[in-house]
Amino acid sequence: MLTAFFWLLALFMAVLTLSVRPMGAWLAPLASGQVPARLAEFDRALLRLMGVRDTAMDWREYARAVLLFSLLGALLLYVLQRVQGWLPLNPGQRGAVTADSAFNTAVSFVSNTNWQGYAGEASMSHLTQMLGLTVQNFLSAATGIAVACVLMRGFARRETSNLGNFWADLTRISVYLLAPLSLLLALVLASQGVVQSWAATLPVATLAGGEQTLTLGPVASQEAIKLLGTNGGGFFNANSAHPFENPNELSNFLQMLAIFLIPAGLCHAFGRVVGDRRQGWALYGAMALLFVLAASALALAEAQGNPLLNALSADASVGSLEGKELRFGAAGSSLFAAVTTAASCGAVNAMHDSLTPLGGMLAMWLMQLGEVVFGGVGSGLYGMLVFAVLAVFVAGLMVGRTPEYLGKKIEAFEMKMVALVILLSPALVLLGSALAVVSQAGLAGLANGGAHGFSEVLYAFSSAANNNGSAFAGLSANTPFYNGLLGAAMWLGRFGVIVPVLALAGALAAKKTLPPSAGAMPTHGGLFIGLLSGAVLMVGALTYLPALALGPMAEHLALWAGR
Amino acid sequence: MTQHTLPLFDAALLRPALLDACKKLSPRAQLGNPVMFVVYLGSLLCSALWVQGLLGHGDAPTWLTGALALWLWFTVLFANFAEALAEGRSKAQAASLKGLKKAAWAKKLGAPHRYGAPFATVEAGELRKGDVFIAQAGDIVPCDGEVLEGIAAIDESAITGESAPVIRESGGDFSSVTGGTRVLSDWVVARVTADPGETFIDRMIAMVEGARRGKTPNEVALTILLLALTLVFLLVTVTLLPFSHYSAQAAGAGEPTSLAVLIALLVCLIPTTIGGLLSAIGVAGMSRLMAANVIATSGRAVEAAGDVDVLLLDKTGTITYGNRQASALWPAPGVSQATLAQAAWLASLADDTPEGKSIVQLTQPLLPPAANPLDAALRQGERPEAVSFAPFTAQSRMSGVNLPERAIRKGAADAVRQWLAANGGELPAALQQQVDQVASRGGTPLVVAEPQRALGVIELKDVVKPGIRERFAQLRAMGIRTVMLTGDNRLTAAAIAAEAGVDDFLAEATPEAKLAMIRDCQRQGLLVAMTGDGTNDAPALAQADVAVAMNSGTQAAREAANMVDLDSSPTKLIEVVEIGKQMLMTRGALTTFSLANDVAKYFAIIPAAFAATYPQLNALNVMGLSSPASALLSAVMFNALIIIALIPLALRGVRYRPLGAAVLLRRNLLLYGVGGMVLPFAGIKLIDLGLSALGWV
Repeated sequence: MLTAFFWLLALFMAVLTLSVRPMGAWLAPLASGQVPARLAEFDRALLRLMGVRDTAMDWREYARAVLLFSLLGALLLYVLQRVQGWLPLNPGQRGAVTADSAFNTAVSFVSNTNWQGYAGEASMSHLTQMLGLTVQNFLSAATGIAVACVLMRGFARRETSNLGNFWADLTRISVYLLAPLSLLLALVLASQGVVQSWAATLPVATLAGGEQTLTLGPVASQEAIKLLGTNGGGFFNANSAHPFENPNELSNFLQMLAIFLIPAGLCHAFGRVVGDRRQGWALYGAMALLFVLAASALALAEAQGNPLLNALSADASVGSLEGKELRFGAAGSSLFAAVTTAASCGAVNAMHDSLTPLGGMLAMWLMQLGEVVFGGVGSGLYGMLVFAVLAVFVAGLMVGRTPEYLGKKIEAFEMKMVALVILLSPALVLLGSALAVVSQAGLAGLANGGAHGFSEVLYAFSSAANNNGSAFAGLSANTPFYNGLLGAAMWLGRFGVIVPVLALAGALAAKKTLPPSAGAMPTHGGLFIGLLSGAVLMVGALTYLPALALGPMAEHLALWAGR
Repeated sequence: MTQHTLPLFDAALLRPALLDACKKLSPRAQLGNPVMFVVYLGSLLCSALWVQGLLGHGDAPTWLTGALALWLWFTVLFANFAEALAEGRSKAQAASLKGLKKAAWAKKLGAPHRYGAPFATVEAGELRKGDVFIAQAGDIVPCDGEVLEGIAAIDESAITGESAPVIRESGGDFSSVTGGTRVLSDWVVARVTADPGETFIDRMIAMVEGARRGKTPNEVALTILLLALTLVFLLVTVTLLPFSHYSAQAAGAGEPTSLAVLIALLVCLIPTTIGGLLSAIGVAGMSRLMAANVIATSGRAVEAAGDVDVLLLDKTGTITYGNRQASALWPAPGVSQATLAQAAWLASLADDTPEGKSIVQLTQPLLPPAANPLDAALRQGERPEAVSFAPFTAQSRMSGVNLPERAIRKGAADAVRQWLAANGGELPAALQQQVDQVASRGGTPLVVAEPQRALGVIELKDVVKPGIRERFAQLRAMGIRTVMLTGDNRLTAAAIAAEAGVDDFLAEATPEAKLAMIRDCQRQGLLVAMTGDGTNDAPALAQADVAVAMNSGTQAAREAANMVDLDSSPTKLIEVVEIGKQMLMTRGALTTFSLANDVAKYFAIIPAAFAATYPQLNALNVMGLSSPASALLSAVMFNALIIIALIPLALRGVRYRPLGAAVLLRRNLLLYGVGGMVLPFAGIKLIDLGLSALGWV
């Protein structure tokens, strides 16, 4: 199984790396806030149509616009779920979603988390899926990309408060990037057998002679943006394990590629925007290094299989197959699990609850690193840039200068914003999990006791606070307790990071840009890649090691001790 | 120059530092340092748990809680001790300055505030700004002042360490007197320019003692980061309580982790090494500057020194020796080298200027044998009456000698040409060409002539100090650009600049040109450092980011600068930059070290804390520590002892080598990052072995 995995990984990384440059070239004009000359006229008409005036915003105005837009989006989505029973395009006769579930889902989709406490095909009408969920799939992704663009501008611009216009950015990112890319991917996926239908169900006669009802719907269109926008909310509860969402190995490969496409391209766009492409490649290098390490470790854990089953003469050479689709095998499922948790996608093609304890731990840990290993669209890059500022600050001191990154001095205000971002995710994950394991309502949701039960809770909060959205499905999270708590974690985990990141961008843009000097620390090349990945690993390890020891590590050690 | 260096651990300083360390245990003193304040609270809590254990209600072995509490208190004390020691060293350096302030009496002048007016003897502390005092030979100048009247030789060795007296007089660049210095001769009447407590020396003492040391911008930023890390680790440990509670219940084995263990884990994880040494690093940086005889008026300036991108250096005294020296002789057509040498030698015999002396030195070995008794007598060093010397005057602009049958003059080409013309001679075209050539090389041509005949040209050259070229190359490697400031014309300046290897020069530099140049650099985002002494340097000094004033300079220059160099040495700026860099590097190195340490501590504490619930977690005990109690105690002890072990590094600073940033980073990452990760594994294991050998655990 390992041979197959490493070939797949090598092919995947090669194709991804080839895509970085063209994607970067596509994204860079959007990031710097300029429209190519041949689109200028169309762009003016488009903005006029949308009623957008491309006026300059400082970081406060930008943050206000982002928050207002997201809040309204969440409200709309909440109301839509509550009244879907009276609205058209509801062939399955779905009634109103419960208040707590609707709140959770609204926050989940607006925050680009797409945690699904509900089963999609069983509770949402087609209208809700398309007008509510799919629309937010686009808009929440565009919002994340826009915030990343603003941070890039913060580094590239000097002595200005102008960071661009949120409404213009949102429109352009949706129209010039997400819409065409999704259309393309949807068509390709449909060609592979992903369904796209207005019908609710299809009755079929099974081989055994029985009658079965297959649920259908506009799947391919939602599938494309689910992956490209690192959303992860599937049409079906089984997500990308469902044959109508992800029918074969090629579609599986394309889905993984689609998840990393924009986050990886944004790195290169960053290099272009700040005028030094090596800077972008360094970020890509650090992400790729962390990803390859984590994915390989995850695959190694899965390849070991389950010693208890191996003892019962299960074929250990195919790896652990529990909870995996046979059409993907352990290799395709391991890589998908690493991709979807490294990026804050959350689509799954296997049950993460059934991963080996160490495999599950690595998936969990990739989220706990703060979703910066490619991460969500936009959020991965801005998260990684926050880590870059942190790494530059500590290491930069060691060359005997006030630390600077890309010519911008890192001073007290910048460190305050970085500190807020670094602090937020551990606070949400650890405090949320603590609350769950001390309360009756929290413990009631656990399907398993012991260390594995703890892993389920820890996974849920890691996923929500870092806006991933995947789940260790064992946890019954569709309860008022978890819907409320996880909803709050998702909202804070998203916007509690976005606001300091925008403030950081504002502070950076207001600064002078120092000319490069031999005395300043170089931020491209191998040393910096090592430093940056080291910083991410250190913060992630130091924060979560004790909790992981009580969950997956204890479980792993017990399993291999034969218990 | 007096060197204020002290041995690192001076026995005389240890005792007061220990005492101070205990005094700093007051909560108010601890509040300023968030990291150590957490340790402080942890120690209090752990002590309370120990007392609870003594009363029989403990959740961990009482002796263990007690031992942990003890070592947590040691952690706090060690950090206090580091700070107290750094401050003590600074205070010792300041003590000599403070001595100046003892019994100072002032002669306060009554109206009409002029020499001869009656004066009253008052205590120096009673003088206020605007008062007028007189200081006469033997008096101590009571406070800083501006000379209104009179001239005096003043011994400023107390602050400068320079024993030669300086002249202070009204008007001009030498009109300020400093409190604490002693009048050697004559008298001055001066107006008080600073209230007591704000005089130059007062500010110096306050700075050096660290009493008024605010946090520098980088220290603030670093403190924010340390605070954030502390909060993260607080979250980690606080949530471990419910986590372990759940785990113990779910596994049906073991007890939830005790509070004492969690406190120990917290203290081990938070960056106590850098947190405990941070303020000592700052104080020690100022103190190192003091040892180099530079006094900074703010810590901010020292830190900025590390960031300097451009150094503006005066040519004279910094890049070249202050004076020109004769380097070559160029005879006129038809004149022998020996004849020219002899004439030049004769013309310079009585010239006491450094230039004149250098001509004598150059020509001495070239002299022909003495031709007559007069010549011989002169060579013996006699001054026969038949010989008279013509000193340099502003009118003639020449100097020379009158012998019984010949006169010789030397001077600038145009002055000599006029003199020749007046005597019926002329300057040959070939010689004029030679003069131009010398000038184009950056030298100064002096023409030697007899009344009717030009003999040749002496080439005077600015001599670039040996080693300065290498120094500039080092600065370039550090990413610092050097700019030479000189009053010379462009041609001369360019030649010297090329020889010295500076990156750029500013010729015919006026105060306005210097100011414009600094502003231009700053517009590009560069940080500029410069030295200066005159009042006309004050605007440029005020504009520069790091400004070092010579102590020999004027009050205006010293006020405008943010550092004062007591030695008045122009190359001091380079040392200042290195000290600034060292301070930042030390902070970065210890932060990295502190964080890297945590890895090993996890491997010690996690198995110890949870092994009762999940015995399989003992697999993480890679160091093979003998028991959970020993693991906990060893980690906490290592954490405390490493602070003591690193005090010398904090006080001395990480060694700075002028290498490129990439090389420095690789070295330091390897040393403090990787080293910091590996060292505690060995350290904790050693302590564990020691504890078990002693049978204490």
